[in-house]
Amino acid sequence: MTLFPLGDAALVLEFGHAIDDAALVRVQALAASLGRDPPAGVTDVVPAFASVTVFYDLARAGSYDQLCAELRTRAGRAASRPPFATTRVIEIPVCYGGEFGPDLQQVATQAGLSAEEAVALHSGAEYRVHAIGFVPGFPYLGGLPARLHTPRRATPRTQVPAGAVGIGGAQTGVYPLATPGGWNLIGRTPLALFRPAEDPPALLRAGDTVKFRSISPEEFASWK
Amino acid sequence: MEMNVVRAGRLTTVQDLGRPGHRATGVPLGGAADAFALRVANLLVGNTENAAGLECTLTGPELVFSADTLIAVGGASFEGLPAWQPVRVRAGEPVVLGACRGGCRGYVAVAGGIEVAPMLDSRSTYLRAKIGGYEGRALRDGDKLTVGDVVRPGSIEHWRIDPRILPPYSASPVLRVVRGAQADEFDAGWLQAEFRVTPQFDRMGLRLSGPKLERQSRRDLTSAAVTPGTVQVPPDGQPIILLADAQTIGGYPRLAHVIGVDQSLAAQLEAGGTVRFREVTLAEAHRLWLIREHTLAILREGLAEKFK
Repeated sequence: MTLFPLGDAALVLEFGHAIDDAALVRVQALAASLGRDPPAGVTDVVPAFASVTVFYDLARAGSYDQLCAELRTRAGRAASRPPFATTRVIEIPVCYGGEFGPDLQQVATQAGLSAEEAVALHSGAEYRVHAIGFVPGFPYLGGLPARLHTPRRATPRTQVPAGAVGIGGAQTGVYPLATPGGWNLIGRTPLALFRPAEDPPALLRAGDTVKFRSISPEEFASWK
Repeated sequence: MEMNVVRAGRLTTVQDLGRPGHRATGVPLGGAADAFALRVANLLVGNTENAAGLECTLTGPELVFSADTLIAVGGASFEGLPAWQPVRVRAGEPVVLGACRGGCRGYVAVAGGIEVAPMLDSRSTYLRAKIGGYEGRALRDGDKLTVGDVVRPGSIEHWRIDPRILPPYSASPVLRVVRGAQADEFDAGWLQAEFRVTPQFDRMGLRLSGPKLERQSRRDLTSAAVTPGTVQVPPDGQPIILLADAQTIGGYPRLAHVIGVDQSLAAQLEAGGTVRFREVTLAEAHRLWLIREHTLAILREGLAEKFK
């Protein structure tokens, strides 16, 4: 574990550079410990892939050195804890192809597959949420089958609709908000991934397992 | 009390000091881009520092209040109204705030604070997700907002903020930075270079243009947290300074971070301005931060006494 500053009001605790379940477990264990019982002066905690970033208010933290020492101790203790007792499995219904996924055919073609085979591959895999970020509720998912890895579009779209399911390089994910985006769009979910009036506002959290289920346009239209 | 927005100005949003504690769900800190300016403006009208006020970009609004009140402007100043002091405003009297001067974001605090429903623990407007503030959007001509009902007694017209406690706002500031995690992967020349602020500046960040910054390493970076003040370098070699609505996680190399007390200077930059960077130690950044907080504490106590 290495500890280094992110500017003058945050600290990063980094567990290597690998994106794997071992790093995820250590990150989640530490983030959970800090969430349950935050050290004095800690104002926010961001778990991501192989790091936990801790934001602090220096005036309330006592001293910087004290905070660093406390965080090192916490990281050490969290590492020896068993991983999650249970993993949540969240199913995300997706209407693939057509107007819902205008790039599905292209993704399939470059993988040497039919559109149906590409959908079966994408919806047959299990994905792990490694972090939430980029925009509110956006899950960084690991586990995209290698065959579906597809370079980002040369020119990003100026508007991608909320719920769009895309592939960018080795990653797949769902756009919670309408934003510009460079990923290849293969489908769309009627589920809201960001619900600001609810607590927590993000449907997913780091550590969750995600599965996609293929639905028809009729089912998409009738989803409430 | 009601605040009528006769003319909204270029981009006017309701902001407080943001929503810490929600980054793990991807929700950025947000809040006033120049937080110091809003904090001081709030204190000047007897509010708590986190009360919601208006962030007015480039051109101010025209406002009419339904009752006598007290307002204060911080950050950029406006033609037509003195900044950094409380100003009495009569019911029905139009408050016309013209073009911003000495920066691009002026803050208007109103005694009692602007009462909009908090969303995720904050009244700040987050435009990208259309949440918070007034209907999740920038104000429009004709909007009517509610302001907390308070009476601020006392003769306050002669008060001024000692200008020595204000940030040295400038169109060509030297921003003090601490090193970022990938600073060693860049040639040190960026500390001598001058960068120009491009027209791409908003509440998320400022795109700079200058000598191309070449990263010496090809190592893939794992996406991790970024924060307001982070100076990141995308593959085109032109740095970006992140501001209040910075995304929570990013994958670009982190060259440096603008220190807390200088983030006000970054937040007031606009297209055509120039920036230089100067490196300071983390200990120095912390020392400056604590001095700033101490100064605000003295101001807070002094003003609380006067509003008694």
